[in-house]
This record gives sequence, C-alpha cells and structure tokens, in this order.
Amino acid sequence: MIQSTRPAQYGFAERWLPRLVLAPSFLLSLIFIYGFVAWNGYLSFTASRLLPNYTWVGFSQYARLLDSGNDRWWVAVENLFKFGFLFIGVSMVVGVLLAILLDQKIRAEGALRTIYLYPMALSFIVTGTAWKWMLNPGLGLEKMMHDWGWTSFQFDWLVNPDMSIYTVVIAGIWQSSGFVMALFLAGLRGIDDSIIKAAQIDGATLPRIYWKIILPAMRPVFFSTLMILAHIAIKSFDLVVALTGGGPGFSSDLPATYMYAMAFTRGEMGLGSASAMMMLLTVSAVIVPYLYSELRRGRNA
Amino acid sequence: MPKNNLSRFIVYAVLIYFAVYYLLPLYVMLTTSVKSMDEIRGGNLLSFPMHITFAAWSKAWSSACTGVECTGLAPFFWNSVRLVVPAVLISTSMGAINGYILSKWRFPGSELVFAMLMYGLYIPFQVLLLPMAMTEGWMGIASSTTGLVFVHVVCGIASTTLFFRNFYVGIPDELINAARLDGAGFWRIFWRIVLPMSIPILMVTLIWQFTQIWNDFLFGLVFSAGGSQPITVGLNNLANTSTTVKEYNVDMAAAIIAALPTIFVYVAAGKYFVRGLSAGAVKG
Repeated sequence: MIQSTRPAQYGFAERWLPRLVLAPSFLLSLIFIYGFVAWNGYLSFTASRLLPNYTWVGFSQYARLLDSGNDRWWVAVENLFKFGFLFIGVSMVVGVLLAILLDQKIRAEGALRTIYLYPMALSFIVTGTAWKWMLNPGLGLEKMMHDWGWTSFQFDWLVNPDMSIYTVVIAGIWQSSGFVMALFLAGLRGIDDSIIKAAQIDGATLPRIYWKIILPAMRPVFFSTLMILAHIAIKSFDLVVALTGGGPGFSSDLPATYMYAMAFTRGEMGLGSASAMMMLLTVSAVIVPYLYSELRRGRNA
Repeated sequence: MPKNNLSRFIVYAVLIYFAVYYLLPLYVMLTTSVKSMDEIRGGNLLSFPMHITFAAWSKAWSSACTGVECTGLAPFFWNSVRLVVPAVLISTSMGAINGYILSKWRFPGSELVFAMLMYGLYIPFQVLLLPMAMTEGWMGIASSTTGLVFVHVVCGIASTTLFFRNFYVGIPDELINAARLDGAGFWRIFWRIVLPMSIPILMVTLIWQFTQIWNDFLFGLVFSAGGSQPITVGLNNLANTSTTVKEYNVDMAAAIIAALPTIFVYVAAGKYFVRGLSAGAVKG
C-alpha cells in the first residue's frame, strides 16, 4: 500500500456526496429558520392583525409595542428582568454550593445527584401544575402552616399581582438549580487535586482555597452556565402558562407569553412579530459575541 | 478532630436539606394523587394519605375533562408517542450523518453551514411561530402530527448535528484515511467504522431529543389541534379547565402520568441523560 498518497483522488461521487447529503439540512435551516426569521421580520413592518396583511407600515408596530402606554409589554419586560436576575442568581448560588459540597467525598453521592437533578427531566408544564397546587392559597402551603399552628401565615403570591412573577421564580429555581450543580460538579472534577493539596500545605483553609483558587479557575463553566440559564429565562413560556397563566391580569407575563397572546389569541400579528423580533435582538446581543469567541477559540485550539 | 467532624456534619445536613427540598414536591404529587378530595380538604399538603385510592389516576387517564371533551389524558399520551418516535428517529439520523460530514468530509463552505446551524440553536422559537403556522397551513399539514414532527425535526437538527460533530471530531482522521485507502467510500466508512463507534453519543442524542420533544409545550400548543395535541397540552388543559370543583388529586395524577416517560428514561439511563445535558450545555 502506498502510504504517501493523500486521499484526494476520489471519484466525482465521493466529492459531491457529502454536499448532497448535507443539502437537505442546509436547505431546511436556510428556509425554515433563516427564511422565517426574515419573514417574521417583514411581518413586523406590516399592518397584519388577525390575518397577514402586507401593507408596509414602517416602524409603527414597534412604536405601538414600545409605547409607554403599552403596559402589558413593559410589565413583561420588567418581569423578565426580575425573573431572569433571581432565577439565574439563585440557581447559580444553590448549584455552586451543592456542587462544592458534593465534591467533598460524600457517601451516597450518586443518589444525591440523582435527586438533585431529576426535576430537569420534567416538563415545565408538570412543574407548573405541581407548584400551582402547592402554592394555592386555599389548600396548599397556607393551610399546612395553619394546621401547624401558624394561623396568621399568609401566602397569596399566586393570586397577588405584585408577587405572582415570584412564584415563577420559585418553581424555575426548583427545576433548574440541580442542573447548575451537575455542570459545576463536572467542572470541579476536572480540576487537579494537587492544587488543593499544595494550597493546604501552605496553610490555606478549604473555604479559602475554593474562593481564591478553584472558583476563579471555573470561569468558563460559570460563563457557559450563565448563557444557558439566560437562554432558558428568555424563552420561558411553559412555566408561566402552567403556573399563573400570565395572571392575575397580565401581572406575570413574560415576553414569550406576550408574543403568544398577541400573535395567536388577540389577533395582533404585527405586534406579535415585532415582540418576537425584540426577543431575537436581545438573545443575539448576548449570544453573538459569545458564539464568536467560542468559534475563534475552537479554531485556535 | 472535633472541628472536622462538625464541618462534615454541616456538609451532610445541608446536602440532606436540599435533597428534601427537591423531593418534597414529588412526595406531595404522589400522596395528593392517591387521596380523595375529602381527604385533601381535611388534611394538608404533607399529611400522609389514610385511604389510598386510585380513582384520581383512572379519572386522569380516561375520563377527566380537558376542555369540552372528557377523554382523560390517554389520547394525548398516544399522540405524544406517535409524535416522539418519528421526530426523534429522523432528527437523530440526520444529526448523525451531518456530524459525520462536518467532521470527516469537510468541504469549502461546510464551516459556514456549521456556523449557521449553531446560531440556529439560539434563536428564540417565537420568531418562527407565525411563518411556520402559515406555511404548514399551505402545505396542508397544519394541526397534524406530521406537521408537529416536521417542526421538531427542523428545530432539532442543529443540536443533534452538534452532538455528533463534537463526538466525531474525537475519532482520529487516520482511521478514516486508512479506510479510504482501502477503497471504502463515504457510506461504507459511515456504516462500518463510524456508526459502530457512535453508541454513546447515539444514546445521549436519543435521550436528549426524547426529553426535549416529549416535554415540549410551545410547538404542541401552536401547531396542533383537537386530535393531535401532545400530552403537555392535554395536561395544561386538564389542570386549567374551570370546573365547579378543582380536583387537585386528578391534576397531580395527570402531572405524574405526563412525567412518567421522561422520569423513566432519567432513572434507567441517567448517565446518558446527564451527559446530554452537559453536551447541550457545552454548546452554550
């Protein structure tokens, strides 16, 4: 066998086969993802309401959407910030804490990990239905506390417009914090034990080692976890629908539920597509720099 | 070392505390589902069921109302099965072959296709809903299982391709080149060499796609109607149907029924499930 021949002399078929086989996926994504993004973008500049209407109206749907009188949208945006900040923050803290504790050569670590992570296997609709029952003011948590003697205990967040979004936060953290634990635990396992030993010989305490050496070394994990959680937060839809239905009123709406309501139940297609574009822009502002740096790193590696 | 013992104790206490926190909702769901409504009203969330009854389970499965119709979750469950099987198989096979090309048969422009797929992973699906709904109407597959399978395939290709591509990058090129020198072609190398090495990533992708599609609600809500709605939509309708009396036991039984397949997969193949999560995570 001649080793020096580089595998370049393939027949016509072998050279074109890969392109041909990849073509359907390329076309599907070109048309049904990128084409549709463009189409949706176009819709957002038209007068479409209940039915598509391709009369060009410029930025007027955006003007209506972002008008300070459009309370429902601004409530949704404000909720996204509240929800995103708390959901990401608390999930991170809980996940990192659990990962560090689990990394201390714990007995039954496997069982504990399984318990922490199983909510991730559930649909947000299941999670929402379960928490809706537990948090309901009549027979849920409130009644339990009353039974236990704390008769003045009140928990009406599910029906309180000022607090309803926080029930979504509670259920969201329950579902996703175990996932953060899994990501960080994998990261911690990748860190060389000898670093810890060396620092211990130098007299550093364990909490200090984690704080000063190990957590800073986990920056990439931190960053990618942040990306995933932010992505989950921006796309959040199911959990709100199942838990609060966006209510009371529209007090727990998020941009995703706002978009659905406008596009599919309120007959405001133009407004719905404009809000979807706003979501896309927000995601892109976060993701494009991240993807760019990832791809560049991948090329240099 | 008493100090060390104390800190060990605290570590275990915190870990067990959180285990209880994650398990309590499951306990509440299970116990509520086997109580009668009288018992639910008489007791509280954590009280243990005195008279276990499966009436709520059979109602949730076969006769609970999900709007106008009172068929229980059974038809929705089978809709989901009919949806998940083809959607998972098609998106996974396309991902495998794409990943093979994008790692072992690169050509000018293939990196661009890859970047295109990558960005597609992050696009909020809201941007696709309206055009997709209109297009499916024209194609005559709106509100059908076929239409829903199509959407899941289109939106699933990106992640399945990424899984396989990242896995195949780890297969040495020398192996492929040696096979090429022996005269093996594109398909032969895939079937005989690459695919037999792919069992781990195949498991990860199948489980990931199964969980994603079984748990999907948005597409099910927008792209299906009446006879083709998946289980998540059924559960949501069941739990939010306004009847005179709210039957929490039926809601909880229904929620568990909807969760059983993915929980089963998680328990049976947890290793692959976790790997899928982190693989899906590494991409971002």
